[in-house]
Formats: sequence, C-alpha cells, structure tokens
Amino acid sequence: MNLSQNYFELFDLEIGFALDRSALDNAYRELQKEYHPDRFAHKGDAEQRLAVQNSTHLNTAYEALKSPLLRAQYLLSLEGVKTGEESRKQLPLVFLMQQIELRETLAEAPDVDDPFAALEVLESQTKELEKSCFDDFQAAYSDGDLELAEESVRKLQFLKKLLFEIEAMEDRLDEEF
Amino acid sequence: MALLQIAEPGMSLDPHQRKLAVGIDLGTTNSLVASVRNGVAETLSDEAGQYILPSVVHYSEAGITVGDEALSRVSDDPFNTIQSIKRLMGRSSNEVLILGDQLPYQFSEGEGGMPYLKTAMGELSPVQISADILKSLSARAAESLGGELEGAVITVPAYFDDAQRQATKDAATLAGLNVLRLLNEPTAAAVAYGLDQQDKGVVAVYDLGGGTFDISILRLTKGVFEVLATGGDSALGGDDFDHALAEWLLDQAPNLERSPSVMRSLMVQARSAKESLTDSDSVSVTLSNDQQILVTRQQFEQLTSSLIAKTLRACKRTLKDAGIQPDEINDVVMVGGSTRVPAVVEGVQKFFNRIPHTDIDPDRVVAVGAALQADILAGNKPDAELLLLDVLPLSLGLETMGGLVEKVIHRNTPIPVARAQEFTTYQDGQTAMLVHVLQGERELVDDCRSLAQFTLRGIPPMAAGAAKIRVTFQVDADGLLNVSAKELSTGIESAVQVKPSYGLSDTEITQMLTDSYQFAADDKERRSLREQQVEADRLIVSLEAAIAEDGAQLLSEQERLDLLSEIEVLRSLRDNASSKAIESGVEHLAHVSDFFAARRMDQSIQQALQGQRVDQLD
Repeated sequence: MNLSQNYFELFDLEIGFALDRSALDNAYRELQKEYHPDRFAHKGDAEQRLAVQNSTHLNTAYEALKSPLLRAQYLLSLEGVKTGEESRKQLPLVFLMQQIELRETLAEAPDVDDPFAALEVLESQTKELEKSCFDDFQAAYSDGDLELAEESVRKLQFLKKLLFEIEAMEDRLDEEF
Repeated sequence: MALLQIAEPGMSLDPHQRKLAVGIDLGTTNSLVASVRNGVAETLSDEAGQYILPSVVHYSEAGITVGDEALSRVSDDPFNTIQSIKRLMGRSSNEVLILGDQLPYQFSEGEGGMPYLKTAMGELSPVQISADILKSLSARAAESLGGELEGAVITVPAYFDDAQRQATKDAATLAGLNVLRLLNEPTAAAVAYGLDQQDKGVVAVYDLGGGTFDISILRLTKGVFEVLATGGDSALGGDDFDHALAEWLLDQAPNLERSPSVMRSLMVQARSAKESLTDSDSVSVTLSNDQQILVTRQQFEQLTSSLIAKTLRACKRTLKDAGIQPDEINDVVMVGGSTRVPAVVEGVQKFFNRIPHTDIDPDRVVAVGAALQADILAGNKPDAELLLLDVLPLSLGLETMGGLVEKVIHRNTPIPVARAQEFTTYQDGQTAMLVHVLQGERELVDDCRSLAQFTLRGIPPMAAGAAKIRVTFQVDADGLLNVSAKELSTGIESAVQVKPSYGLSDTEITQMLTDSYQFAADDKERRSLREQQVEADRLIVSLEAAIAEDGAQLLSEQERLDLLSEIEVLRSLRDNASSKAIESGVEHLAHVSDFFAARRMDQSIQQALQGQRVDQLD
C-alpha cells in the first residue's frame, strides 16, 4: 500500500467534498479484504505487522472521509489549513450571539411544558444551520476561498457540539420520565 | 518406472494439503472445539463420543484432569476442583475478594495484583487454569484431526475488555496454541448461520446458558459486524429453570426427606424432566420415596414464565441502548443449551415478532462459527469473501489532571486503529509523567477500568506546558492495546504492552455502559468540581513558589503572612466546597495577590532593563 497517497487517491475517489458514499464503502471493504491482518493470520510476523499497519491506515482514512465534518477538515489540511482543537479562528459576532441563544434554549428546555417537543425544534433548527454551513463550506472550498471554508468548519465544530449536547439532554430527560 | 517425488525437508509433499485449524468456544460452564472437515464445520468429540467438555479442572498430586472426570470431584475435593474460571479472567485480587463466597476457592495475591488459586499443584493463576482446559481441547483436536494444529480461533464475550481478551490470549499461548484471532461469541453464532453472506441487517443473538444470559445486538454491513449493544444477567440461566421445577416437586411431596443428597438428586431429576419436556407434553418423575409425580409442559411453563420474562426485559433494555426498535431486527440467533426449552423460543419469537434461527445445536453454534472463521484464517479458503471487521467494545483513554479521563479512541471505532494525542506538563521543572491508561465510557478515572500505568522519565526540566509528550495507542485486530509515550523535543520514549492485571465482570461492564448515560449530568457537576480544584491547585502552587522565591524581597512580613493565610483559606475550600464556591475562592485569591504579581513583574522588567544597560556598557 502506498502510504503517501492522500485518502481520496487511496480509495480511488475524486478529491472534493461531494462524496459517493457507496463507492467509498466498497473501496474500503475491497482494500480491507486485501490488507486486513486476518488475511495474513497464517503468515509470518513481519507480514502480520505490516498488515496491522496497512489496515490501521485504511481505518484512519475511512473514518476521515466518512464523516462530512472530518472530510471537510481533511480537505483543508490537504491545503495546509489546520482546523483542530487549537484553531482559534475568530467567528462573526452574529454567529456567536446565535449560539448563545440556542444554548440558552437548551438550558431552559427541562423547565418548559413539553421539553421533548422543545428539544426537537431546537435539534431541527441546529441541523438546518449545520446543513447551510456545509453548503457554505462546499461553495467556499470550490471557489478556493480557504479563509471562508475554514470559518465554516469552525462553525460546524460548534454546531456538532451543540447537537451532541441536545442528544445528551434528551437521554437525561428520558431517564427522568 | 515412476519417479520418486522428493520434497524439501519441512515442505509439504502436497501443496494443497489443508492446514488444521480449529474454533474453540471457551465457556464458563462448558467448552467445545470444532473444525471444518470436507467443507463442513463439526464439533469434535472425545473417545466417549462427548463433544461438550465441562470447563472444570481438578488438581491433585497425581496430576491434572479436565472435564467430566474433574467434575465428579467437586463434592469430595472442592478446593482443588476449579469451576467457572472464566469469571476470573483478567481480574484483580481485590475484585476476586469481593466475589467472596460465590467462589469456594482459596486465593493468594501474586505479582501485579493478579489473583492466584491455591491448589494441590501449587498456586495457579486463572490464565494457567484456562490453559489446562485449552490444552485438553487442543489434544483432542490433534488426535481426531490427525496432526499438529496450525492455529485456533477462540471466542470471547463481546463485552470483554482489553485485560480479559489479553488474559484469554495468554492462556492460549500457554497451551501452545497459535491464536489466529479472538472472535466475539455473538459474531461467531451469526457466522455459523451464514448471516455474513447477507448484504446488511441487524441481528439479535440471544444466549441463554447454564448460569448466564447474554443478549447482543449486531449490525452487519457487507461482512462488517459491529456490536451495537450488549446486555444480560450474569446470574440467570438454565440452572434457575431446574431450581424452579425442583422447588415445585418438593411442594408436591410433603413427606420427602430434605437431606442434601435428596436435594442433589432432585436437581438432577428436575433437569432431566426439563429436557424431556422439550419433546414430550408431560413426564413422570419418580422421587426417592417412590412417589410418582406427573409434570406437564404447561405446569413447567407456568413455573418458568417469570424467568423468561426477565430475559425479555433485558432484551428490551439492550435494544434501547442500541437505539433499535424490535421490528428493525432482521435475524434472531439462539445460543446456549437452555434455548431448547420451547417456551423460550416462543417468548423470543413473540418479542421480536420473527422466527428465531434454531437449526444448529445451540450448544455448538459458537464453536461452529469459530471453526468456519479459523478455516479461512488458516488460509484454506483463499477466495473466501468473509472478512469480519470488529469495533472497539469500550473507549480507551488517559488520566489527565484532576482525575479526569481524556478519551483517545472512542468505542465502536473500527479496529485495528492507532491514535496519538499530545499532552503537556503541569508543573515547572516536571521531569516525569505518569501515563495511566483507562477503559470505559465515564468521565472520571474512578469510574473507569484501569488497564495499565507507566512512567515516562527523563523529560528535561521546562516551564509548565512547554514539554510535548505524544502518547500513541495502537489496537490490533483482536482488540488488544499497545501504548507508547514519547517526549517530542528529546525523543525519550517509553512503551508498554497492556498486560492483564485485572478485568471487568459481565455485569460490571454493562453497568458501566448504562452508567455513562445515566450519570452524564452527575458527571458534569463532578467534572466542573474537579476543574475548579485543578484551577485552585494551580494558583496555590504558583503563588507558593513565587512567595518562596521573591517573598522575602518584595513582601513585608505582614503581607507575606496575609497571603499565606489566604492560601490556606482556598486550600480548605478546595477540599470541602462546591465548584461554585471554589471558583469564587480562586477569584478572590487571584485578586488579593494581584499587588504581589505586579511587584514581581516590575522587578523582572527592571532586571531586564538593568541587564541591557550592562550589555550596553560593555
């Protein structure tokens, strides 16, 4: 396996945000069939070690492309833009204000008349925002506007965390009722 | 004249000769070995035609016996007759002590907290005892297959953590077996039914054994099996069915003597009546006082319906954990001898609203699936499509400041996988770092399973936060973990293969998973408390260091004493107060020590300026 290929080349996919998920899944499974340690279970130590390395690489690549957010981050990293936890990219005030409002709604959800309905509304709002951020990313990325693309990714990280917290709140209320 | 074929020494005469590979179901109560012969997977029996080997080992000065022969010594030599050793695999002495009277053995603590059992053949670890069971199965296989084994696939419960898997693999190595793969038991059962041939689907594996009940929900996508959730009851099984029937028989026979030997034979009779009722509608039991009692299937079902209902409640909970509705299940697989009871099949069928798979003997189905996988892994079927890709059963992480766990690899990540995370030092001049590896879903160290600890030494003294330590986790296809740590500026390295010191109990692990959801909110408060405590510690340490360094020069005696007493106030808050109170305590101390920080800064600026002047003079 050529470890210097980027993940898209590895799975024989076109570089870009749009992704044919079934093509990715198929390519992943075909490559795992070739490289997975199980295929080398009856071979020597050196071959087994190499298989673990190759198979690990395939899993890393697959995970990175499978999730839209990780894929967006990976595309930026190919352009030399790092968007990890340390990214301190300043976000527009309007977006931050909106985030504070959404979080306030979440915090108040347990006290309203129908908390589950409230959470559902909040969730669909957040998902809509997420979708538009993905659209923004895709547009900015294909225009080569990396600044804007990075901003969209940063926003998406916020939204993902919020969605996670909405889910956790739902679970918590589930336990209480 | 025919030419003689001469092969290289050690080379096979026939390049197409099959490699001998077996699947082993190493169970709590019973163990089995199976192999593919002439394209068919079959369980291998001993000379007496028995394919089930009771997982019991007897130790005496005369030697080791395994299986039925060992089982016959349970009552006359209990300390040397070891049963249910699987429950102790990968566990620490402390946990074994907690199990207490459930286990009638004498323990001693060995190296690294590993429990040892005192027997007539000395002190033995659970790994050694399991190895004796495996040796017996391996010898049986070598004899019935007629040659040395190339390798074995050994099954483990889906919820087994790293320590338990490692202990199982070590036992196999000790028994001289080459482990081709550790395979999850429910996955093996699904493979036995060929469910891996399907494109996609959700499979429920209902496993009711002698003393344990497990339910696993698997998702299958083109040969990739993912364990979505596991649940069950580690103290519910066929033995409870026998018990319920025996109790009823006693009620019918008020004149029967209640001696231990009568009770023992009553249990045996109840068991055989239960087995007869699988095919007949009624059975007559003759008690030791010659009283005859007729047991109908209906009567038996009435006695056991609450036990079956209990398993179905566990199914419901597990489906909820998996986020799956009962009607989304495509296949239900029955495992374990107790699923022969017709009422169990009916109850399961009604619950999942589909006919469960029962064609393969439920005692053998796991071993059969393991044998099919072993055949492929040994290289006997180069064109086989089957490839089982597993996921990590529980998240892996590291301890960070304040007893919090930083997850490095999340559960359900496809394995093998490697992931690195960078950490830094907490105090100025810190030269060593403790790497504490944990497994579990909760946020606090105390609620997760500790897998290993090691120390990275020789970090050059630097300011807090300046050193960069990269910790790498590598999990192989069996779910076994290796951890290494490296200080990036110096390249100093330390690594450890995570060895079992202990493991989790069946119920503990399900409990830990449930808890992680249940206590998410609770964790949050505890987490913020820890964060504030860390914050407080940080301020106290740096302020004390500053006072020690510059206090004499920059503070009056009164100022110095005031600051020290303020530090004491925060220290006591830190240990006794809520996160909110500590937070305001930290703010307060920061505020009252502001003037000191300002003086220190002035001083350092002056020193810098002085330095410049000297330089300029030169």
